[in-house]
Amino acid sequence: MLFSAILTGLVLGGTYALVAMGLTLQYGVARIMNLAYGDIIIAASFGAFVLFTALGINPLLGMLIVIPAGFALSWLIYAVMLQPLARRSRDRGRLEGDSILATFGLLFVIQGVALVIFGSGFMSYSYLAVPVDILGTTIAANRLLAFGLAITFGLGLWLVLTRTRFGTVIRAVAANPASAPLVGIDVDSVARFAFAIGGALAAAGGVVVSMYLTFSATMGVIFTMKALIVVIMGGVGNLMGALAAGLILGLVETLVASFIDPGLTLAATYLIFLAVLVVRPQGLFGKAAR
Amino acid sequence: MTTISRRTVLQGMGVSALATALSGLPVLAQDRTAIRIGYAISKTGPNAAGAGISTTPNYLLWVDDVNKAGGITLSKLGVTLPIEVTEYDDRSTAEETVRAIERLATQDNVDLILPTWGTGANLASGPTFDRFGYPQLAGTAVTDMAPDLVKRWKHSFWMLGGGHDYAEALVALLVKQRDAGTINNKVAIASVADGFGIDLSKAATPAFTEAGFELVYDKTYPLGTSDFAPVISEVAGLGVDTFVAFSYPPDTFALTQQSVVANFSPKVFYLGVGTAFPIYPGIAGPNHNGVMGIGGIDPDSEALAAYFERHTALNGQAPDNWASAVTYASLEILAQAIERVGDIDREAISAEISSGEFDTIIGKVKLVDNQLRSLWTVGQWQDGKFVGLAHTERAGAREPVVPKPAWVPAA
Repeated sequence: MLFSAILTGLVLGGTYALVAMGLTLQYGVARIMNLAYGDIIIAASFGAFVLFTALGINPLLGMLIVIPAGFALSWLIYAVMLQPLARRSRDRGRLEGDSILATFGLLFVIQGVALVIFGSGFMSYSYLAVPVDILGTTIAANRLLAFGLAITFGLGLWLVLTRTRFGTVIRAVAANPASAPLVGIDVDSVARFAFAIGGALAAAGGVVVSMYLTFSATMGVIFTMKALIVVIMGGVGNLMGALAAGLILGLVETLVASFIDPGLTLAATYLIFLAVLVVRPQGLFGKAAR
Repeated sequence: MTTISRRTVLQGMGVSALATALSGLPVLAQDRTAIRIGYAISKTGPNAAGAGISTTPNYLLWVDDVNKAGGITLSKLGVTLPIEVTEYDDRSTAEETVRAIERLATQDNVDLILPTWGTGANLASGPTFDRFGYPQLAGTAVTDMAPDLVKRWKHSFWMLGGGHDYAEALVALLVKQRDAGTINNKVAIASVADGFGIDLSKAATPAFTEAGFELVYDKTYPLGTSDFAPVISEVAGLGVDTFVAFSYPPDTFALTQQSVVANFSPKVFYLGVGTAFPIYPGIAGPNHNGVMGIGGIDPDSEALAAYFERHTALNGQAPDNWASAVTYASLEILAQAIERVGDIDREAISAEISSGEFDTIIGKVKLVDNQLRSLWTVGQWQDGKFVGLAHTERAGAREPVVPKPAWVPAA
């Protein structure tokens, strides 16, 4: 029973981590507090839905289309809308405030477009909803896939960030955008690239989530909120932090639901969140580990 | 912070005084070219999905139906006029709903106002409808407080019953099955910790206990929960034949899919809002067959079948099998009441809605204490239709299929 709960929890946590990793890049490196993040996820879900139901392309292959599209769209959003803001404000607080307002508007634009095209109804399809038996615990294959992707993306990008020269450049921008140009780093383009990678991760999350969650055009904010909690808890800009925080939240929710009461999952989530904020305000993997 | 100068206040008072004075002027018959109907509905925000299934399409269909038929006849003025619509988005917030209704009543001077979607928003806008004397035909509000509300707000009409109606009908249906020996005595309930779930479980828990059922699981889960694996795995080990979830649409769909994956297939599988949605069979695939839920329709009614066809043709989607037909019927009631009064006299229209008998797609209805008491309470998917198993006034349309067919595993 405990083992089964832990496994289920880790798999749920994988979804949370997957959904949050893009935001941690966008917030940590590009310093954009992207309130439209969840709506990018929903847009990707719609993309996967259309590819699957209208064109019969299975969502796994669909990712090959949706993820680059997420990258391109985010790249464009940054270049057109956010770069002027970033250039204008050299201090972090100002940019945060501006980007919150700008992406708050963007949220409604994306939502509005989705409403016009798809209407407000619930969308759902089922893919890979087959039970997989792991040591006596039954888990849906699509959730396992989300977990696998979260681990792959998390570890992969973490390796890129810590082991490659380009990763060092990204981390330099994250650590100190004012000084990075002094060593010949083009902050604008690095931030734009990081923002776009974040968008690609959001798109990946959106595709996977659409396989097992019912979504509607107006649901983006739910994902933004969850991702924000994971990002703050894990330490802004830290992929391993997002991964760890996501898994912890999933574990806590499932353990509480299994052994205490499903009604207290939300309370437990925020309790853990609060505890982390009190003990380590910079997040689990805050600056020191970066 | 904004400071409000005395001048702004005085200007504002002047404008509103003028508006009040103008709104008092009678609209002359020869000036009237249309019957102006206004509504604020959730087009964005969390309520948009529900409103987009049960409410907005029916408003559109009704206006289309009425206008295609030439309009509504105002016999006292000797004219037949089409409907003209003023629509606002209430962005799923009750304050915005109230503000929009105030605007419709005072600025747009519409003749009648249709309500928004949902129990909470209809309760919140009740005082505003009442203040301006507009009839409120709440087609998507489920509340046990309706008998009290109609005393407080004389122009309010509650069309979808209360939690007790649905919970008690379900228990009565299950008692029959248990006494016939088809299901055992154990019941598990999971309910969403929000208005609907709380209302329903508050009514259901004592009803189940009084009927002698053993409630082996009775817990709530927070709004927005997406992973039900812990709930399902615990309930699966309790040996229940009956699983009841008072759930919202996303939960309803998730519970179905995850129960199939976990191969938890109880004899009675009952879910809340969303089971009656036309997309449910699409989501559940072959496994929708035999699933029970709140609502239901009469599969033998020709009027209803024609309504389903018109609705699908106009909106590109079928209506849901619970609140949609009731919402449309409430609009038919409104139109018939206007024609009988023969003028836009809101007081007289309200009185007619309250006392008259009306011919609607759900049959002949007459409100009891301003409430529609002719309701389908429990439905079940049978042969692609969500048929009514229990009704507040008459016998069910079909016999329940218990046990439901076992889940077909996903390919």
